[in-house]
Amino acid sequence: MNALILSAILGVVLMFSGILLKQKITIRYIAFLGVLLLLVVNVMEMCGTVLFKVNTHGMIYFDRFALLFNSIVFLSVFIYFILSAKDMEKVGVNYAEYFTLIFFILCGITLTSSFKSLLILFLGIEIISIPLYILTGSDKKNLKSNEASLKYFLLGAFSTGLMLMGIAMIYGARGTFDTTSINMFVEEKPSALMIAGMLLLLFSMSFKVSAAPFHFWTPDVYDGAPTVFTSFMATIVKAAVFIAFIRLFDEAFGVLQSQWQLFVAIIIVATLFIGNITAVFQQSVKRMLAYSSIAQAGFMLMAVYAMNTDAKEGLLLYAVAYSFATIGIFAVLIKMKDYTFDGFNGFAKHQPVLAATTALFLFSLAGIPLTAGFLSKFYMLKAVMMTGKNLWLVIFAVLMAAVSVYYYFRVIQAMYFKEGEAQSLEVSPAFKWALVALAVMTIILGVYPDILFYWLYF
Amino acid sequence: MISLLLILLPLLTGVAAFFIKNEKQVRSWALFASILTLVVSILGLLVYKDEKYLSYHCEWLPTLGASFSLQMDGVSQLLCLLNTIAYPLVFIAGWKTTYKNAKNFFAWMLLAQAGIMGVFLATDALVFYFFWELALIPMYFLCSQWGGEKRIAVTFKFFIYTFIGSLLMLIGILYLYGKTPDHSFSIASFYKVSLSGSQQSLVFWLMFVAFAIKMPVFPLHTWQPDTYEQAPTTTTMILSGVMVKMGVFGLIRWLFPIVTGASFMWGDFISLVAIIGMVYASLIALRQDDLKRLVAYSSIAHIGLLCAGMFTQNTSGMQGVMIQMFSHGINIIGLWIVVDWIERNTGTRKMSELGGLAQKAPALTIFLVIIALANIALPLTNAFVGEFLIFNGILGSFTQYYMWYTVLAGLCIILGAAYTLRMIRMVAYGELKERTANTVDISFNEKLALGIIVVLILVAGIYPQPFLDLTSGVTDSLVNKFEILRYPVSK
Repeated sequence: MNALILSAILGVVLMFSGILLKQKITIRYIAFLGVLLLLVVNVMEMCGTVLFKVNTHGMIYFDRFALLFNSIVFLSVFIYFILSAKDMEKVGVNYAEYFTLIFFILCGITLTSSFKSLLILFLGIEIISIPLYILTGSDKKNLKSNEASLKYFLLGAFSTGLMLMGIAMIYGARGTFDTTSINMFVEEKPSALMIAGMLLLLFSMSFKVSAAPFHFWTPDVYDGAPTVFTSFMATIVKAAVFIAFIRLFDEAFGVLQSQWQLFVAIIIVATLFIGNITAVFQQSVKRMLAYSSIAQAGFMLMAVYAMNTDAKEGLLLYAVAYSFATIGIFAVLIKMKDYTFDGFNGFAKHQPVLAATTALFLFSLAGIPLTAGFLSKFYMLKAVMMTGKNLWLVIFAVLMAAVSVYYYFRVIQAMYFKEGEAQSLEVSPAFKWALVALAVMTIILGVYPDILFYWLYF
Repeated sequence: MISLLLILLPLLTGVAAFFIKNEKQVRSWALFASILTLVVSILGLLVYKDEKYLSYHCEWLPTLGASFSLQMDGVSQLLCLLNTIAYPLVFIAGWKTTYKNAKNFFAWMLLAQAGIMGVFLATDALVFYFFWELALIPMYFLCSQWGGEKRIAVTFKFFIYTFIGSLLMLIGILYLYGKTPDHSFSIASFYKVSLSGSQQSLVFWLMFVAFAIKMPVFPLHTWQPDTYEQAPTTTTMILSGVMVKMGVFGLIRWLFPIVTGASFMWGDFISLVAIIGMVYASLIALRQDDLKRLVAYSSIAHIGLLCAGMFTQNTSGMQGVMIQMFSHGINIIGLWIVVDWIERNTGTRKMSELGGLAQKAPALTIFLVIIALANIALPLTNAFVGEFLIFNGILGSFTQYYMWYTVLAGLCIILGAAYTLRMIRMVAYGELKERTANTVDISFNEKLALGIIVVLILVAGIYPQPFLDLTSGVTDSLVNKFEILRYPVSK
């Protein structure tokens, strides 16, 4: 609750700071402090100190899972700010507004991670989506950015419509928005209305996490949006929607698992296949990362499919591992002059630290041991194995993981083994240190993930 | 403690090597580190033989049921010894080779040693998997950065091959984990798993594919000749001498004891495939002109024999495999040293462009002949002991086709002699050619490395008993497992 209210207030504060303060650096520091403050108050709530007592009539409930996820989000955003906040200056003139929108998104994220009512879920998803439409189009003079924004908005509005319709149908079938009551409802056979509503929700959530076959907006939007914001929405926002996804299907539709499990399995297979195979053919690293984010979504969906303790722990770890790695790679990508694979040729010679950390993040995405990426994939596979059926799904997933090595390692090959003059912008020592810290965290989580799970249980 | 040191020493010295700028210093540092590890491994073999020194255990991920536990049995002692002997030899032999960016080269080499060592020691499936992959990453960098012209594509093929294999193995491990009574990754719990026939077959294939790719066994061998050819020779020595043994070791420690039934059931089929692969590789080796490819194909043939020997599943066959793993490692490193020297000094690997080296480099020729004879398993050499035992094992194996297997595998010995002797004739004897006319004999460091190898060949060939004693415990326990299975059948 602390973070929810504070993030909304901070959004407003930053909006006004844009009018009152002329210095960009001051705005940036306010944003840094704001995220740190959010992190601190959120950890305080985990330790039992609640600053704001609001009666939500059971529509919002901050359990440990939600709080831990919020902390992860704030930490990731903090790192993201350190690495990329300076690059937002280049996007356009409305520097303070970008931060404002990001803080509003954070407010939405705290809602989606803690909803107990379908209304709050809808609210959270909308609070996340609308600022994202704006951020996507924030490079106003760029045609691609405008196109991406429009595409995103039209398709996003459509999926929101589907979601609302689904919620309405479920209300018709169950007479309540409360997730627990929906789940507890006793009936012999679920009504067609209920199933239809649930499937509509499944489809609209799949749209938001860019799962196939609802992924068509992703490459264009990620490619068209300014790279700094692509980094944000491909990682933190996506992870947040996943948390909402797993919460929704666990708490509201848990009893109906037999009804939706096959659908989810089909979506996983399609997502893994399309994401990985298409990524192989990309020439631009940015577009490759867009497809890779689809592919990674396929893996994360395995948590929804399995829906057990391993799955929930694993999804948290996956969210961290994937966000850290992708934020790191995007931060380096922003500094590159040429976004194609060839633009990375010989990068290791010019920027050894940047190249080494990027290689580590790519290892993490590919799922090589010692990195958090491996353990998170491992948890997903384990979760599905523990359900004791559909071994083919696991085998398919690892084959696709092997495909993913192909395009991730193309970047490593370009950086280390090919000759060339990779052109990159100047980077500050602070940037390098932040990257190294991120890399170290990736390794620590890959060797000892209990650091994270400790917070979940104690 | 010894087991932990064996991993930590190369790991830490390897990381340190990244920071040594001077090429000479880093070279000496790597040699020093490898000798230090060798000393530790010999200490473990001779002095600190007690269980408490050889195993190590500490908590790692209690919620998952994984712990960082290492243990040395006879086979892992033998293979760790091979690993620790191989490294100083490789470094001594390559003392005069210069590398671009030498610090990274030696650092990756030492890290690879740590990874391979971990595979031989781990007794926790998750730790095993970790090291299995970690041994691969340094190899990926070594081969792609310092290799030949087509190195990037070739190494990538190698990497993808191995990666697919290891991911399938991971599924196998997870499957077994789900079936363990106490949900643990420790090998002791894995040994307790009881599976039905079809489940065993599933796990068997999931894991065997990983091991078969690593060894490599026909028809999963296609990465091997290209990789051996394109990788820097120093790395090839480690790849072919030590790393391929990871696959055989996987059979011994992870596959046979866990899915004994399926290993028994599929034994016939896999022996057949392995022997077909032997004949196939030998025939191809006969037609090679490139020295590196010749040695590569000869290696496939030898590994095929190892695989067939493992699947005889009797004492003689498996004991033969144990000692042959060590011998093959030593012999092939010797061959590579010679090939490497020839390439560096004459500028070619093509046998058609070589000839008459015996006149110019008599010392090299003597070493080459001894090692080549060991490669075709002449009596008094180490390979004879191993191959003799394996053939004995195949003859006495449980399958009804044992005669055919023996004849076909025996054919490969003849083919092996044919291509090896052809190689010696074309390289060492005959007329001097343009490229070989101005060569000088090998220098001290190569003499030292090859001398050690020849001593090892002869010692293991004349008095193999200590090696056999070392591994007999493991072999006996494996044979017992198979005997229990076989007994009702043979009645």
